[in-house]
Amino acid sequence: MNKFLRKLNKNKIFLIMLAPAVVYALLFSYLPMAGIVLAFKKYTYAGGIFGSAWNGLKNFEFFFRSGKALLVSKNTVLYNLAFIILNTLTQMTVAILLVELNGKYFKKIAQSLMFLPYFISWVIVSVIAFNMLSNDFGFVNSFLVSMGFEKISFYNNGKYWPVILSIFNVWKSVGYGSVLYLAAIMGIDTEVYDAAAIDGANVFQRIFRVTIPQMAPTMVILLLLSIGGIFRGNFDMFYNLVGNNGILHPATDVIDTFTFRALITNNDFGMSAAVGLFQSVLCFVTVLVANKLVNNYDPDYSLF
Amino acid sequence: MNDQTRTGGISNGLDAKVLHAISYVFNGAIALVCLIPFVMVVSASFSSEDAISKTGFGLLPKDFSLEAYSTVFAEPMIIVRAYAVTVLLTLCGTLIALFLQTMTAYVLSRKDFAWRNGFSFFFYFTTLFNGGLVPYYLLMTQYLHLKNNYLALLLPLLFSVYNLLIMKSYIMAIPDSLIYAAKIDGCGEMRTLFSVVFPMLKPALATVGLFIALAYWNDWYSAMLYISNDKMYPLQYFLYNKVNNIEAYKKILESHAGSGVAAAINMPTQTLKMALTVVVTGPIILLYPLVQKYYVQGITIGAVKG
Repeated sequence: MNKFLRKLNKNKIFLIMLAPAVVYALLFSYLPMAGIVLAFKKYTYAGGIFGSAWNGLKNFEFFFRSGKALLVSKNTVLYNLAFIILNTLTQMTVAILLVELNGKYFKKIAQSLMFLPYFISWVIVSVIAFNMLSNDFGFVNSFLVSMGFEKISFYNNGKYWPVILSIFNVWKSVGYGSVLYLAAIMGIDTEVYDAAAIDGANVFQRIFRVTIPQMAPTMVILLLLSIGGIFRGNFDMFYNLVGNNGILHPATDVIDTFTFRALITNNDFGMSAAVGLFQSVLCFVTVLVANKLVNNYDPDYSLF
Repeated sequence: MNDQTRTGGISNGLDAKVLHAISYVFNGAIALVCLIPFVMVVSASFSSEDAISKTGFGLLPKDFSLEAYSTVFAEPMIIVRAYAVTVLLTLCGTLIALFLQTMTAYVLSRKDFAWRNGFSFFFYFTTLFNGGLVPYYLLMTQYLHLKNNYLALLLPLLFSVYNLLIMKSYIMAIPDSLIYAAKIDGCGEMRTLFSVVFPMLKPALATVGLFIALAYWNDWYSAMLYISNDKMYPLQYFLYNKVNNIEAYKKILESHAGSGVAAAINMPTQTLKMALTVVVTGPIILLYPLVQKYYVQGITIGAVKG
């Protein structure tokens, strides 16, 4: 005990400096974690989180019986898979090709322009989407009409949205994401290229035999890390581009938008807490699995 | 970015020329695709409502007109107020968050702090598991009573483990000997943090500070959850709200501006949305090329350590 007190005294100033962040994490992260008991309760305003009555697994039953559980989980995973694959391909291609150019200005300007979408909010992206896709005024539809085709009602037809959302996702993250691949290419030892040149490899062979294999570790790590988040939908994007447009929901509803509507629109605290817990557990498990895989691949990059 | 090329620098044969051509076309196309939507929004904002309702949005302004902007600025105070909320929130939030995160990262990077692994895990665990939206929402609204309180906009973004890790890896790069030298000279921990660590962290403070500032600037989510008083809306939520209730916005403009402006029914609608978006986006487009290099740095470090 005395030893502990001495240690405490020695680290006193560190603990004081750490205190604000610790209080913050306890209040805004750990206390809400305790609040997941709400998933097993029937929430009443009077009772609050801890005083409301238990109702067993009713909230979960309601979620799984509604038929939405499978739909929103499936949407979340499939959208994320599409985003991961498309983002990786686009970002790697941009990086590989950009690095080959000698023109300093082109490279700088191209990279800056690709970064532009990263800096704006999804609210602004939703206005851009409206500008492009609106039925009456959208650029795509006025173009189709001027070419003698029929208009397409994007906002009334779910089947277009996997493509639309994927394009906007790639568009917003291409500048940000390619930075990592550029850094990976810059880290490749130039001697490998010199050796390849002496062996008579042309530039394409060097890209496929040197650049891509050397980038593979970065790619694998980033892929695994994004797989860790595969049950987490990008609420910002889905909510701004789709919003409360119910016609599109079967094709676009993800766990996060579903939880949000259950909470804010329907005030169904119990069920949305249950969905939240369901998602948190899935996320936790996938992160652990992904981290295990990273650890097997290269322990230096594992998260913990 | 490094200006040196990798494979292309070695060979100037036909293969390199073909590759360069592919690269110019591909990257040029992507860069244009990133730019053109913004051009279209700006063009639409300078078009007349009449032309847009007849032929839709286009790449260039149709029947050049300033009517959308004169409508937006008929009552500039509505936008100025949203700007003021966002600017103040971004400034306060960034300063407080930067101080909090740097101080925390400093302690967690000190090898002579006995419980640094334990506390690192304590923070890290919050990224692995969370209670979800509902308990957080109830905490903010039912227990802390922060509905329609600016703290509801400030608090959620004050602390991020991702930024903490970036900051920590910058601090770890400062030689220990400098910190011990300061201690031998009689500096306390706070003094060491302020007079030794902070000055050496300028690039890190810029990088992490800009990450935080962008998060505050673009935040609309907290406002949607916790703010219902439209006088308190920050910029992005203001835009969200007005674009989605453009008729209501036109009524407000009409009632404010009195007889000086056309009746709500004669005001532009679609071009008004676009002009509003341009006014809200403005500063970001002008500033981002200047700060982009700090982001590039932060993204690279964050991916390796985060």
